[in-house]
Amino acid sequence: MPRRHLVSHRLVAVFLLGCLLFNYPLLAVLDRFGSIGGLPSSFVWLMAAWFFLIVLMAVIVERSDNRDY
Amino acid sequence: MLTVWIIVAASLAYLVLLFGIAWYADRRADAGRSVIDNSLVYALSLGVYCTTWTFYGSVGRAAASGIGFLPIYLGPTLLFALGAVILHKMIRIAKANRITSIADFVASRYGKSQLLGGLVSVIAVVGVIPYIALQLKAVSSTFVLLTEVGLQPGAATVAPLLQDSAFYVAGLLAVFTILFGTRHMDATERHEGMVAAIAFESVIKLVAFLAAGLFVVYGMYGGLGDLFDKARAVPEITQRLLGDGRAVIDYGNWFALTLLAFFAALLLPRQFQIAVVENVNPQHLRRAIWLFPLYLFLINLFVLPIALAGLMHFPGGTDADSFVLTLPMAFQQQSLTLLVFVGGLSAATGMVIVETIALSTMVCNDLVMPVLLRWRALGLQQREDLTGLLLGIRRWAIAIILALGYLYFRIAGEAYALVSIGLISFAAMAQFAPVVLGGMYWKGGTQSGALAALGAGFFIWTYTLLLPSFAKSGWLPADFLQHGPWGIELLRPQQLFGLTGLSEITHCLVWSMVFNLGSYVGVSLMRIPDAREARQAKLFVEESGAAAPNWRGGAELDDLLPLAARFIGPERAQEAFDRHARSRGFTSSAALHGVKSDAELVHFAETLLAGAIGSASARAMVASVVQEEPLGLDEVMNILDEASQVRAYSHELEIKSQELTQATAELRAANERLRELDSLKDDFISTVTHELRTPLTSIRAFSEMLHEDPKIDLVERTRFLGIIVSETERLSRLINQILDLAKLESGRAEWTSAEVNLSEVIREAVDSISSLAKEKKITLQLDLPEPGAIVLADRDRLTQVMINLLSNSVKFVASGSGHVKVGAGETADEVSVSVCDNGPGIRAEDRELIFEKFRQGTGDAGALTDKPQGTGLGLPISRQIIEYFGGKLWVESELGKGACFRFTLPRDSAQNRR
Amino acid sequence: MSHKILIVDDEPNIVISLEFLMKKEGFIVAIAVDGDAALEQVAAFNPDLVLLDVMMPKKSGYEVCQAIRSDPARAATKVVMLTAKGRESEVAKGLALGADAYVTKPFATKDLVAQVKSLLA
Repeated sequence: MPRRHLVSHRLVAVFLLGCLLFNYPLLAVLDRFGSIGGLPSSFVWLMAAWFFLIVLMAVIVERSDNRDY
Repeated sequence: MLTVWIIVAASLAYLVLLFGIAWYADRRADAGRSVIDNSLVYALSLGVYCTTWTFYGSVGRAAASGIGFLPIYLGPTLLFALGAVILHKMIRIAKANRITSIADFVASRYGKSQLLGGLVSVIAVVGVIPYIALQLKAVSSTFVLLTEVGLQPGAATVAPLLQDSAFYVAGLLAVFTILFGTRHMDATERHEGMVAAIAFESVIKLVAFLAAGLFVVYGMYGGLGDLFDKARAVPEITQRLLGDGRAVIDYGNWFALTLLAFFAALLLPRQFQIAVVENVNPQHLRRAIWLFPLYLFLINLFVLPIALAGLMHFPGGTDADSFVLTLPMAFQQQSLTLLVFVGGLSAATGMVIVETIALSTMVCNDLVMPVLLRWRALGLQQREDLTGLLLGIRRWAIAIILALGYLYFRIAGEAYALVSIGLISFAAMAQFAPVVLGGMYWKGGTQSGALAALGAGFFIWTYTLLLPSFAKSGWLPADFLQHGPWGIELLRPQQLFGLTGLSEITHCLVWSMVFNLGSYVGVSLMRIPDAREARQAKLFVEESGAAAPNWRGGAELDDLLPLAARFIGPERAQEAFDRHARSRGFTSSAALHGVKSDAELVHFAETLLAGAIGSASARAMVASVVQEEPLGLDEVMNILDEASQVRAYSHELEIKSQELTQATAELRAANERLRELDSLKDDFISTVTHELRTPLTSIRAFSEMLHEDPKIDLVERTRFLGIIVSETERLSRLINQILDLAKLESGRAEWTSAEVNLSEVIREAVDSISSLAKEKKITLQLDLPEPGAIVLADRDRLTQVMINLLSNSVKFVASGSGHVKVGAGETADEVSVSVCDNGPGIRAEDRELIFEKFRQGTGDAGALTDKPQGTGLGLPISRQIIEYFGGKLWVESELGKGACFRFTLPRDSAQNRR
Repeated sequence: MSHKILIVDDEPNIVISLEFLMKKEGFIVAIAVDGDAALEQVAAFNPDLVLLDVMMPKKSGYEVCQAIRSDPARAATKVVMLTAKGRESEVAKGLALGADAYVTKPFATKDLVAQVKSLLA
C-alpha cells in the first residue's frame, strides 16, 4: 500500500472510531456512570472523545511528511 | 445601558471593517500575493458553518436537551475525518470541471442537464430560506433585546414592517452582500476578499463566544465544578439535563442529527462554496482536517455551562436562545455584551453573505440564464456584452432570497426555536446526498434517476417539514397535521404511513431518504447511462484525467472569443484565451486562428464559460457556435467504456507498427545489399566469362583453320600452333588465379607461417623473371640490404607478390630502354619493398582501379598497340596477400615517368594476423 | 570484284586468325585495334563489312557501330558484332544500334564465314 493511501486509510479508521465513540451503544454504557468529577458522564465522555479524535487526526496528518493524500 | 446608536454604530463599523478586509484581500490577490492561500485561513473560513444557530441556538438547545446540541458538530467532525477521501475528491472534480456550485456539480455529473441544475437550485433556495430566516430572527431579536425589552422575559411580538428591526437587518445584509459578492464577474466564481472576511468573522465569533463562556464559568461561578455542583442542586435541571444514571439521549434522533450534520457540512451551498469552490489549493484541506473540528470543539466548549448558568439565573425562563447575550447583560458587562452582539452579528453576516452568494450563483447560472438563453425573443444569443446582465441577475437574486428569508421569518419564525429552523434546512440539503455521493462513487447513476431522487426527496421534505412549519405558524390550516389530508390518517405529514415515535426531523429524514435513495437507484437502473452521462460519470467517478475534450466538432476562435467576452467581459476573455494559447505553446491566442476545428479550444471555452454561467448553460451556449457532429451513441459508448483498453491496445498497435516499419526497412536494406552483391557477382561472372572466352576464341579459330586446311604451309602452321599453346597457357593461368583469388576472398586459403628473409625472397623472384627481362632487353637493378630483413610470413605467397609486381613492370616498360629497380628497407616497426620502372606510368584516376579485378592499366594513349598480357588479377591477389599480413600495397606514379609499386609489412606480422 | 572487310579487335591473336580466315575467302582486309582507329579506317578504307569487337579500349564496339550508322553515306556498310559477352541484353543492344549480325566468341569459323558471305551477297 502506497504511503499516501496509508494516511487517508488511517483517517477513515478515525472516522469509524468516531462513529463508534459517538453513538449507541457505547454512549448508553457511559451514560450509566452518572457523573465524573461533578460533570455529567456523557458530556465529559463526548468532549473527551471528540478532543481525542481531533488530536488523533492532527497527529496522523501532521506526522505524514507526504504532501499528498 | 447600550443605546441604539452605539449598537448601530458598532454594527456598521464592524461591517465596514469586513469590507476593508475584503478589499485588502482582493488587492493582494490581484497582486498575486493571496492572503487566503494557507490552510489556517481555509480552516477558519470553513467556520462559516457556525452561524447564529451555533452562537445563540446551541445554548438554547442545550438548555432544552442537555448534550443534544452536540451531533450538529460531531457530524462535521466525522465528515472531515473522511475529508481526505470525500472532500478531496470533490475538490479535485470541481477544479477539473470548473464547478461553481452544488447545482452545477449535480448538473454536470448527470450529463450537464439544465433541468437537474434548475431543480437543485430550487431545492437549495427553498431549503435554505428557513436558515436565512434564522439569522434574521437571531440578529433582530438580539437587537431588540439590547435596545427595547431589556431583560424582560418574553420575546418581541411581531412588529409592523417598518418598525421591524429584522426588516432593516435583512435590507442591510442584502445591500452588504450585493456590494460584497457581486462587484465583478469572475470566471471561476472565486471571491478571495470574501473568504478573507469570513475567516476574520470566524475569529470574532470564537473570541466573543469564548469570552462569554469564560465570563460565565469564572466570572459568575468558581469554575466548571462549581457551576455543575450548583446546577445539580436544582432538581429540574438535574432531571432534565444531567441524567444522573438515566438515559437522556434519544439515540435514534442523535444518530439522525449526526448524519444530517454530516451531510450539511458537505452539501450546504455555503459549505460547498467555501470548502470546494473557494479552495485555493487542495493541499489546504490537509490541515483543515483537524483544524476545523478543533474550531467546532472550541466554540462548543462553553455551550452547556452557559445553558446551565442561564437556566439557574433566569429560573422563570427567558428565551434560552439568547442566554449568551442576556447573561453578560444581567451582570452589566456592557463591553462584553457588545462583543457578544458583534459576534452574533458576524455569525449571521458570514452565513448570509456566503449562502446568498452561492445561491445567487446557482439561481443565475442554473435557473435564470438557461431560461433567458432559450427565450429567443430576448435576443440574448446576439447580445454583445452580457456581464452586466449576469451581475444584475445575481444582485436581484440576492435581494429576492433575503426577501424570502424575511418572509419566512415573518410567517414561521416565531413558532420555532433557532435550532429547529436550522434543522429544517439541514433536512432539505440532505436530499442532495444520494445524487452527489452516488455520483462520485457510482457510475450507474443517470439523469432521470437523479431527477426522480431529488423530486421525491424534495417532495417528502416539503410535505413532512416545510408545510407543517407553515401550519404550526397558522399560515395553513393545522387540520391536516392532525388528521391528514382529506382525513386520510395514513398520510398525516408528521406520522407518514403511521410511523410514530420519531422527532419530526428524524421522521422526515427516514422517509425522504427512503424515497430519495430508492428512486435514485431504482430509476437509474432502468436503463444504462447514455453517452453523455457515461462520459461525465467517468470524469467524476474515475477522475480520468482533466475533462477530456468532448466536442467532436470544432469552432473558430472568432466565434468562441466573442462568446466568452459576452459573459465575462472582453478583457478577461482575451486574457484567458491568451493564457490558454500559451499553455499550448502558442505565442498568443491570435496564433490559434489557424488551428481549425479545434476540439480542445472549444472545450476550453466551455469550461471558461462554465465558470461564469454554469456547465449546463455553457454547454448550450457553446453548442450554439459549434457545428458539432452528432455523437453516435454506439461509437461514444465504445470509446468511453473501453477507452482505456482501446488506448492500451492502440498503444500496443503503434509499437507493433513501428517495429514492423523498422523490420521492413531492415529487410529492404538487406535486400538492397543482396541485390548489389548479386549484381556484383553477375558482373564478376560476366567479366570472367569474357576473359575466358577471349583465349578460347583464338584457340578454336586456329584449331579449326588448321583442321580444315591441311595445306597451310609449315611456317604458318608452326606460328598458329605457338599461338594455340600460349593462349592455352593464358587460359590455365587465368583459371588458377581466379581460383586463388576466390580462396583468398573466402578466407579458405591455406597459409604457412615461417621466418622469411625478405631479401632472399626478392632475389628468387628476380631470378625467375630475369629470362623474360633479358628477352625484352630490360635492366633489372637490385638494392637490397644485407643481411635481409626477417619477417614472419608465408614464403610462397610473398614470392607470388614479388613475381606479380616484377612481371607487371617488365610487361609495361619499353623493350630495350626498360629499366626496373627493386629496393628494400626497414624501420623499427616495418619493412618495405619497392618495385619501380620507367614505363608509361599510370593515370591518377587509375591508381586505385588497377587493384580491382580485371582492371588493367592502359597506360598512355599508345600503350594499347601492344596490349599487355595479363589476367587483371595479379594486383588484386597481391593486395589481398599483403593485407593478410597486416601490410599495405599501393602505387606511386607520374604519367610518362614510370610507376613505383610499394608495399610494407609489419615486422611482427605474425602477431597481427587474424 | 572482291569485298573489303575491316577487322576491329584488341586481341592480337584473334586479329591474326580473322585476317587469315577472311583473306583465304578472297576478301580485301584492313585492321584496326581500337575504336578510334576503326573509325579512321572506315573513312579511309571504305569497307563493305566491319567485323567489330565490342570490348575495346578508347571506343567500344557499340560506339563505333553507332557512329557508322549515323553516317548516311555508310548505310550500305554491314556491321557484324563480335563479343565474348553473350548476354541477351547485349545482343539486343547491338542489334538495336544497327548491327546486321551478332556473333559470340568463341565462334565456329565456318559459321562466321557463311554469315559474312550471306551479308555481302
